[in-house]
Amino acid sequence: MTKTLRALLGATALATLAGVASAETTITVATVNNGDMVRMQGLMDDFNAKHPDIKVEWVTLEENVLRQNVTTDIATGGGQYDVITIGTYEVPIWGKQGWLESLNDLPAEYDVDDLLPAIRGGLTVDGNLYAAPFYGESSMVMYRKDLMEAAGLTMPDAPTWADIEKAAAAMTDKSKEQYGICLRGKAGWGENMAFLTAMSNSFGARWFDEKWVPQFDQPEWKATLDTYLKLMNEYGPPGASNNGFNENLTLFQQGKCGMWIDATVAASFVTGKDSTVADKVGFALAPDNGLGKRGNWLWAWSLAVPSSSDAKDAAKVFIDWATNKDYLALVASKEGWANVPPGTRTSLYSNEEYAKVPFAKMTIDSINSADPNAPTVKPVPYVGVQFVAIPEFQGLGTTVGEIFSAALAGQKTADEALAEAQAAVTDEMKAAGYIQ
Amino acid sequence: MARALSPRRKLISTLAAWTVALIIFFPVLWMILTSFKTEPSAVAMPPQLFTADWTLENYAEVWARSDYPRFFWNSVVISVGSTLLGLVIAIPAAWAMAFVPGKKTKDLLMWMLSTKMMPAVAVMIPLYLLFQRLGLIDTKFGLVIALMLMNLPIIIWMLYTYFKEIPGEILEASRMDGATLWGEIIYVLTPMALPGIASTMLLNIILAWNEAFWTIVLTTTKAAPLSAFIASFSAPQGLFYAKLSAASAMAILPILILGWFSQKQLVRGLTFGAVK
Amino acid sequence: MSTQSSRLAARAMVAPSVVLLLIWMIVPLAMTLYYSFRLYRLLSPDRTGWVGFNNYLWFINSPDFWLALFNTLALVGGVLIITVVLGILIALLIDQPVKGQGFLRILVIAPFFVMPPVAASIWENLFLHPQNGLFSAVARSFGAQPILFLENYPMLSVIGIVSWEWLPFATLILLTALQSLSSEQLEAAEMDGASAFSRFRYIILPHMTRAITVVILIQTIFLLGIFGEIFTTTQGGPGSASTTLPYMIFKQAIAAKDIGRAAAGGIIAVILANIVAYFLMRGLGRNLEN
Repeated sequence: MTKTLRALLGATALATLAGVASAETTITVATVNNGDMVRMQGLMDDFNAKHPDIKVEWVTLEENVLRQNVTTDIATGGGQYDVITIGTYEVPIWGKQGWLESLNDLPAEYDVDDLLPAIRGGLTVDGNLYAAPFYGESSMVMYRKDLMEAAGLTMPDAPTWADIEKAAAAMTDKSKEQYGICLRGKAGWGENMAFLTAMSNSFGARWFDEKWVPQFDQPEWKATLDTYLKLMNEYGPPGASNNGFNENLTLFQQGKCGMWIDATVAASFVTGKDSTVADKVGFALAPDNGLGKRGNWLWAWSLAVPSSSDAKDAAKVFIDWATNKDYLALVASKEGWANVPPGTRTSLYSNEEYAKVPFAKMTIDSINSADPNAPTVKPVPYVGVQFVAIPEFQGLGTTVGEIFSAALAGQKTADEALAEAQAAVTDEMKAAGYIQ
Repeated sequence: MARALSPRRKLISTLAAWTVALIIFFPVLWMILTSFKTEPSAVAMPPQLFTADWTLENYAEVWARSDYPRFFWNSVVISVGSTLLGLVIAIPAAWAMAFVPGKKTKDLLMWMLSTKMMPAVAVMIPLYLLFQRLGLIDTKFGLVIALMLMNLPIIIWMLYTYFKEIPGEILEASRMDGATLWGEIIYVLTPMALPGIASTMLLNIILAWNEAFWTIVLTTTKAAPLSAFIASFSAPQGLFYAKLSAASAMAILPILILGWFSQKQLVRGLTFGAVK
Repeated sequence: MSTQSSRLAARAMVAPSVVLLLIWMIVPLAMTLYYSFRLYRLLSPDRTGWVGFNNYLWFINSPDFWLALFNTLALVGGVLIITVVLGILIALLIDQPVKGQGFLRILVIAPFFVMPPVAASIWENLFLHPQNGLFSAVARSFGAQPILFLENYPMLSVIGIVSWEWLPFATLILLTALQSLSSEQLEAAEMDGASAFSRFRYIILPHMTRAITVVILIQTIFLLGIFGEIFTTTQGGPGSASTTLPYMIFKQAIAAKDIGRAAAGGIIAVILANIVAYFLMRGLGRNLEN
């Protein structure tokens, strides 16, 4: 081998190496460990085939832990993540802070106009789309058709709270460990307060009036809490103050709940393989009280790119792949239509195949009936159906959630709980400078 | 104080001891049994001790869903690394405090222990910011340092108490032979204190292995140990007890095996100077 | 036996540990102290400034503060009592020459190997759950109503779970102490006609004093900071029934993202820990003297 040849070879090798190095981008994707996200990780072969130059590292964590880590990272400008999974609560706040990269430049095929308007609206700040919805959800009534039939009742498609109470009473048989209704009782802004805030909207209650004055001392909240406590104390499972989404899901799947008002995504679980009541579940819109608002919420787990990411382009390529129409088709072809991430695109709900999924229509109707900009009967200064999109809400929601959870456990009366909530929220809002 | 017992008393003691041990162990056993059940039968009522439809599916799924070997390796590096580094720093300190005690030695020891009194959550953001500036987030090195410092007081305390039990005359003798300070430690003290060092090491590996706050806060992917692996299986949507049990079993099995083989050592050595 | 040079050498050998721990203590403490006087909310970075003692006042005036203080002490005290008493009994039991002693010991130590969040999750879901827990199944099989552990006895439930986690540690140390007790002494007492109880009271217990002291000291330090088990099981509730001081700090740091308040809470917790340590040392310190 001559010197020249050797040098040439060396140069080529170097060039190849350099080429590989510059072409391969690694992105870190942080996500919650919910079923739809785990499914996405199982479909990575498709992404790798389409984008061999992008390597994806996953950080999959339980929701609370993920939120804690991601918030710490983004608020301190850490730059550990290139794609983060966040909800409709975080997006407007973080977007306003300039912590998120705008996604306005996604390719035309992404068809941003296909996103459901309610969902898209919640992820847009000042005309900038800051996150792409991975799946969207509202809440609705899931009930046992067989128990309703046995009680000689039928569930209206759009029940009132009075209907719910009647049904709960009819389906309760505590001797058989069968409870008319299961609702969230576990303290937390994303647990019982998500449910109760959404429920309060249908009673015409609101967190704050137009001047940010807390409203827990108003009769609407009293009516909400009284109804909730009555339903749970008389027809709910014992120990409900510790039941969150997961606990109730388990109870419902075991056939111990007559009704359960919770996230629309639960529909695929209660009709899925782990459920003992899969073929007996009916769906209805969340209840109302004749005031023009229903007690359902709106949420979307969405993918966003932190401004601190150093691989923004690759991150956007990934987000496009994970939330575009092709991805929905990919999941459908591999796992069936019932397992497609729901609630993000209009086109999905005009798809004839998807229309056959039993909970498809009720899901889209629920999503469409929630309006984050006018969540309740009276005007409010905030955005958000089951939350108030201000940075202080996580703390406020947790505090109030604890107070209401204590009321459910029988440690406080509804009046005491509301007075405490009013005092605690007033203090915090003063400290945060919203009110004098 | 083991003494001979009459056969009848021995039988009663054996029965009582086994009953108590099984009660204490039962939650772990229950977790392991649950890991072989399907999700619905994991929450079936009445509970089944053994299920008819036992399955390895949970393990298969946990294995397929995450890169267990990497989490495992990170746990090994972090717990063993922090312990070894801690020993290197602690052995001389403990030696000096045990054999050249000053008036303030006891206070110094108490002060060292008191550095563990700051609640982790209160210093979370300050420490996170510090680690960020130093570029230590999501590095094994960063976690080794953090856990080493966290457990250093315990390591020093344990070693100190072992070293104190070594009679001073032996040192006098070795000094007569002209051994240097380091010589004393390496050739005289260390072999005598080896059981103590071994059990210190074991205890601290366990403590570091089980640390589940900082190891999650300070890592993302590259350095994430088994605590983060567990956090990816807890409380998702839907039933998860069987899978969480399987993941937990996989997380504790290595340390359980280590404990199994070193059980005698652990029992003998874990005195913390508790024995005079 | 210490000469001038060996003293110097000893200092040099202690120095690295002291310096490292000093940095490890001072830097976070200084930062925490600094933040405790600042308005610093992670999610509202534009609103910052000095707030004097406001963060401290918020903590002390919070309706949960005194309950949290009490719960913290109840948790530490409860777990200490349970682990020490049961630890002594179990140590006495498994110290006897019984069949399969080695295997027995590994069973007893096993809880120590379970990561705390996993332990809490197992207890919550597989044992204490009012519908699906093993305990409720047992209660029902006797025709009784299941006990709502986490709703009606949240603090006791947390104490129970933490005690289970720490029992092996206490048992191990107490067992080691027991094994170093000479059997002649006991046999002599037995010959003299001393009852089993008085043998325990006058020979075994005094011999274990030092070990018990060590268990109390080490466990207190770990127990004072516990919050993970509470987060997994009761979320500090219902209401604030099982909120401890570390959990209160946790809520400020993680839920409210109020770093200033969390820092103030941290400083309060350190002061509390030092008060506890002071009384511990006064009460138990002489047990550690040689």
